[in-house]
Amino acid sequence: MKIALNLEDWSTRGLILVGLAMLALLFVGPQIFDLFVLLKVILLISTAMLALSLGFIWGFGGILCFGQSVFFGLGGYAYAIGVINIGESTVPILLSVLVPAAFAMMLGYFMFYGRLSDIYLAVVTLAVTLIFYAFMRSTSGEEYHIGSARLMGFNGISSIPGFNWPGFPDSPLWPDDIYYVSVVLLILVYFGLRYLLRTHFGRVVVAIRENEARAEYLGYDVRFYKTMTFTVGAAVAGLAGCLFVNFNNFINPDVFALGLAAQIIMWVLIGGVGTLVGPMLGSVALQMLYNWLGTQKFADFLNTYLVFGAIILVFVLAVPQGLLPSARALALRFLPWVRSQEEQETAARARESAGNG
Amino acid sequence: MLMVRGLKAAYGRIPILHGIDLSVGEGEIVGILGHNGMGKTTLLKSLIGLLRPTGGSIELKGRDITRMPAFKRNLNGMGYVPQGRDIFPNLNVLDNLRIAFAMHKVEEEKILEETLEIFPRLKPLLERSGRVLSGGEQQILALARCLCGSPSLLLLDEPTEGIQPSIIEEIIEILQGLCKSRNLTIILVEQNLDFIASLSQRVHIIQRGRFTSEVSPAQLSDAQMIGEFIGMGG
Repeated sequence: MKIALNLEDWSTRGLILVGLAMLALLFVGPQIFDLFVLLKVILLISTAMLALSLGFIWGFGGILCFGQSVFFGLGGYAYAIGVINIGESTVPILLSVLVPAAFAMMLGYFMFYGRLSDIYLAVVTLAVTLIFYAFMRSTSGEEYHIGSARLMGFNGISSIPGFNWPGFPDSPLWPDDIYYVSVVLLILVYFGLRYLLRTHFGRVVVAIRENEARAEYLGYDVRFYKTMTFTVGAAVAGLAGCLFVNFNNFINPDVFALGLAAQIIMWVLIGGVGTLVGPMLGSVALQMLYNWLGTQKFADFLNTYLVFGAIILVFVLAVPQGLLPSARALALRFLPWVRSQEEQETAARARESAGNG
Repeated sequence: MLMVRGLKAAYGRIPILHGIDLSVGEGEIVGILGHNGMGKTTLLKSLIGLLRPTGGSIELKGRDITRMPAFKRNLNGMGYVPQGRDIFPNLNVLDNLRIAFAMHKVEEEKILEETLEIFPRLKPLLERSGRVLSGGEQQILALARCLCGSPSLLLLDEPTEGIQPSIIEEIIEILQGLCKSRNLTIILVEQNLDFIASLSQRVHIIQRGRFTSEVSPAQLSDAQMIGEFIGMGG
């Protein structure tokens, strides 16, 4: 399928804008951020990628996975265990993508080929995350180790070696190198998913979201496409987990806890289901808010979670589509020149017939 | 071509079909006539595989397909045009057609061209999105999309519902032509007496999930028959 770069089209313009913003982040970031902020941004990029993975499978694949954090955690642990055993980071990075993907393929096989309905799917994925949480917390004993890496239970694995130059285990990457790697990976993942959505596979995935039965009688194996979508989402989440470990060389079972699982849903919900940029913005905005609330005086008497609960309520009731789609709708309403050709014609016809009537 | 024996289907615990027997030969057009709620759509959904039958068997070209998933039935030559057209409102006409090339991508352009020859009405609409088409245009698009999958057996669910007479005429002509040129087999579900009479070679009447009688299309123009049909919904 050919990809036309039509500058008249606002979705193409949006894509270019996102690309420019990401490039700016890539090149300008290290010049203006000090080390502390830089590390913070690496963390935000990691969680933005996690939000992106759920935004893809939920917003485009129609799969509401309540346990996207299981793949995030698996990716993180796979990297940690791999790099401790191997002593070099190239293969562990691949492991952090492949292990969650393989696990998602297996889990997806049972869920989608068993024709599990949406609500059960959410429950099953959440249960899987919590099983991992309970299991990883109980691995403090010395008998729980994979190769030379001990799992360390609820204390978590610390002093995990970060990225090194491929093939040179003795030359680690400095934080600003890791920053570059993170931003480049985010750019690759975002545009990779965008490209995927424009291919035949992506169109079928969206067709299935719109109407499963229709896709089925047109000859598409819905079970296969859903399993593949789920797997792609898990791979992205796993890579995000790998970046997360590189942020402070530490991982513990809290990545599988209910808190993170619920937060990812919030990021996507507030950023906008059905977009890719929305969930990323949602994750950044909510985490910055969370950090800011933590430093405020009123945090003593106003629980942070209470504030978050209120935000969720406001969004579900007042901005159910999420930030990005609502902003888009507002722009369409008040800035007529951003409308597409067809919409302008339709609107003109509507005005005409209203005038006649 | 298609052999159905004792087919039963249900929605949850409510039985809808109570043992349907149907045999359709190659190149035949068989009509199924019945009022709302008699099981017409349920029958077609069971045939294409969107509904799992609770009893009986379905054979396609001598092969048992009772437990085959819908997408495989499509790939084995069954095309389905559901009630209400069910096109993609957000895709333009061309993309609506392209999405039907599930596995037959090899000859995509050729089949697309042939299909547009059969449906010249679609040619000027290719860039238009599905949602702005009229009901009749949507019906024709749904039919064309189905043919892009190169089916040998076509299942049509009330193609005349809410469509202007001139387009109904057009659909009749197109379907008759296809049966001659491609030896297409059609199972047609309808409430529209004229439409079913002018297309089908024989007609089953379905009542409360059972075939109650088989009539010839000529009998459908019979005044007594019409009276009976109108009365039987009761």
